[in-house]
Amino acid sequence: MAITFTLNGGRQTVNVNPQTPLLWVLRDTLGLTGTKFGCGMALCGACTVQINGNAVRSCVTQVSSVAGKTVTTIEGLSADLSHPVQRAWMAEDVPQCGYCQSGQIMAAASLLAKTAKPTDADISEALRGNICRCGTYAQIRRAVHRAAEIKAGGGKA
Amino acid sequence: MSAITVVNRRSFLRTGGIGLGLLLGFTLPERSKLAAQGRRPAVAAKPGAYIHIGTDDTVTFLITKAEMGQGTVTSLSMLLAEELDCDWAKVRTEFAPVDPASYGMQGVVGSASIRSSWAPLRQAGASARVMLLEAAAHRWGADKSQLRTERGFVVGTSPNQRLSYGSLSEAASKLPLPANAPLKDPKLYSLIGKPVKRLDTRDKVSGQAKFGIDARIPGMVYASIARCPVFGGKVSSFDDTKAKAIPGVKNVLQISTGVAVVGENTWAAMQGRKALEIKWDEGPNASQNSAAISRMFADLAQKPGAVAKQTGDAEKALAATAKKLSAEYEAPYLSHAPMEPLNCTAVVRGDSCEIWASTQMQSGSRDAAAKAAGLTPENVKVNTLYMGGGFGRRARVDYVGETVEIAKAIPGVPVKLTWSREDDMQHDFYRPASYVKFGGALDAEGWPSVFTARVACPSFGAARGNGVDSTAVEGLHTLEYRIPNLTVDYHRADAGIPTSYWRAVGYTQNTFFAASFLDELAAAGGKDPVELRKRLLAESPRLLGVLEVVAAKAGWGAPPPGRFQGVAVVNNIGSFTAQVAEVSVTQGKLRVHRVVCAVDCGHVVNPAIVRQQIESGIVFGLSAALKGAITIDRGRVQQGNFDSYDVLRID
Ligand code: FES
Ligand code: FES
Repeated sequence: MAITFTLNGGRQTVNVNPQTPLLWVLRDTLGLTGTKFGCGMALCGACTVQINGNAVRSCVTQVSSVAGKTVTTIEGLSADLSHPVQRAWMAEDVPQCGYCQSGQIMAAASLLAKTAKPTDADISEALRGNICRCGTYAQIRRAVHRAAEIKAGGGKA
Repeated sequence: MSAITVVNRRSFLRTGGIGLGLLLGFTLPERSKLAAQGRRPAVAAKPGAYIHIGTDDTVTFLITKAEMGQGTVTSLSMLLAEELDCDWAKVRTEFAPVDPASYGMQGVVGSASIRSSWAPLRQAGASARVMLLEAAAHRWGADKSQLRTERGFVVGTSPNQRLSYGSLSEAASKLPLPANAPLKDPKLYSLIGKPVKRLDTRDKVSGQAKFGIDARIPGMVYASIARCPVFGGKVSSFDDTKAKAIPGVKNVLQISTGVAVVGENTWAAMQGRKALEIKWDEGPNASQNSAAISRMFADLAQKPGAVAKQTGDAEKALAATAKKLSAEYEAPYLSHAPMEPLNCTAVVRGDSCEIWASTQMQSGSRDAAAKAAGLTPENVKVNTLYMGGGFGRRARVDYVGETVEIAKAIPGVPVKLTWSREDDMQHDFYRPASYVKFGGALDAEGWPSVFTARVACPSFGAARGNGVDSTAVEGLHTLEYRIPNLTVDYHRADAGIPTSYWRAVGYTQNTFFAASFLDELAAAGGKDPVELRKRLLAESPRLLGVLEVVAAKAGWGAPPPGRFQGVAVVNNIGSFTAQVAEVSVTQGKLRVHRVVCAVDCGHVVNPAIVRQQIESGIVFGLSAALKGAITIDRGRVQQGNFDSYDVLRID
């Protein structure tokens, strides 16, 4: 079945089993491997993408449900790593193994789009569902605050 | 000593080829280690590791180790870049193929990458630098000793004498290799010892970093395997009618570890696998369970085991002392649960095999692939990709062998096998469960005079001649406490559950046990836990050092109201570590508010990465202490995903 949606700013049509989770369509069908598989049950956040700006777990989102919607993956967050969250992540050198980070970044970007100056409690709430087995949590928290500052400063760090 | 040579570019096999410039190859010391063990590969030595300085000033380092987040790519590059004196911003890295003739054993276990690379990588960097200096001296007709280097440039005495490494690299490549290039005075280091930014961050923030699971090979198909839920069980019979009816399923085949379903994408393969109807022969472990395992441990610990350490005569001293203490501690099996589930991609073409893997054991992966393909290791090409965590799990290569088995059955077609999270959690090689029975006694002043620990724990390593597996007793038989009568003995207690490395092994539970029991002794004798440790470690300066630092930084003895402190100190493979945890208990609920850690790990190449590793270890340890437990029922693991095996989260 043909399903059409907006993906990272462009129009995308895929012809797949409509029940296939968006995660596997992105990774296997479209080759966008920045979005990761971690649990397949909305328990870890590795597969987080944005659908119409909201952070969503793509492993439990049937591709048919995104028809006509706007999907953003880590590859589409910015063309040149200029998104405040990516800049803050680089400034804080957050990733260790890095596997969870696409999901962390997409969740953090969605938080900042809604809450310009998140508190520690806001950050915990928004990122509780994103597991990092390397334990980069302290750096993630610092980076989210920093991203908020970058954004408030009009993109200047 | 490592051999260094200037290499003819064309002699290097490398996808894409190497551009113009200086290419300096060298061999690494593991090779000579292999030779010393009489396992020297038959192939002639090849200088496989290299530094390449392109005419565009780009400096490329070939990394022979693997990266799982521990920072190897960055730290090893720092060693090369420091002595080369190049511009850090121009450094690129690539992962080397597996080639014992050039690199010896390739793998990342036992925290050894920096230790083994410290000398040879700096020497290689220094040699390349001297050649660039020489090339500039030729060009300017100057005396080499008058020239110096400066972050990717050679600088002469007159103001216009300044040439980039790139512009000198071709000329340098024609020069002979310098003998004994001098190494920098460590006081002048500009990278080593500094919190240099990681080289892999950009790719990991843009989604471009390629992990094993991200391998994409033209024409690739996808696989999922159903394995017997009981350890040691196997397929008795299966019906794949329903599986083959799932859209996108291409193929079903039995392999040594279970039944594999091949599909046109991962989802189709996983759905097909769910639709399989399999009868298992559950084998000898079908009734194994956690309670029975605990009982076996406790029973074994009734009798003396193989002696791992003995100072004084604990038995006699115990009999002669009035103030005695005993305690039993037990820790469960634990899963590694790296965020990237296990996976591997492989293709078998005629008499060759190629794999793409995220593995801690690059050499072992090559051997496993060769065995499964029925080829010699020389005919297997290994592509090392980033690991989404390893923690010891990826030191096992079971997932490589089974992928190649599938690939062999469909020759010419690349196959990517992806484990589900449930596969990963239920078919792990677990941190062993362990049981320790402690005994202790106090002298007339309340100081410990006896400390005994009897360990019952499965073993996955080879026991030494006397029956002791050091991975099971490490953290106990390595204790440096000056207690006059100290005994550690061991019972091998295998339960049919696969076990292996887990961010070290014995240290992960034994340190906790020993520190807790020591505190029980301190309390019984009315001693402060830090004071007691200081006294017992008076002759262990590095342990004493970290203990004193951590006590001071944590404000030992004066926790905020309602909070309590606990302390532990340990030497694990030469890294001396002390921690103070600040906790509170509200209605039986434990909360850890703060952990202060002091580490003395010797030479620090990159303090930011060491800090990351320590924070990471603390979070991993807290996940285990507060949340994790793998339990067994009817021979199978009861947990399957992060709902039943939760780990620490950001809050
Ligand atoms: S893979 Fe989707 S939440 Fe874990
Ligand atoms: S950086 Fe490794 S899981 Fe988060």
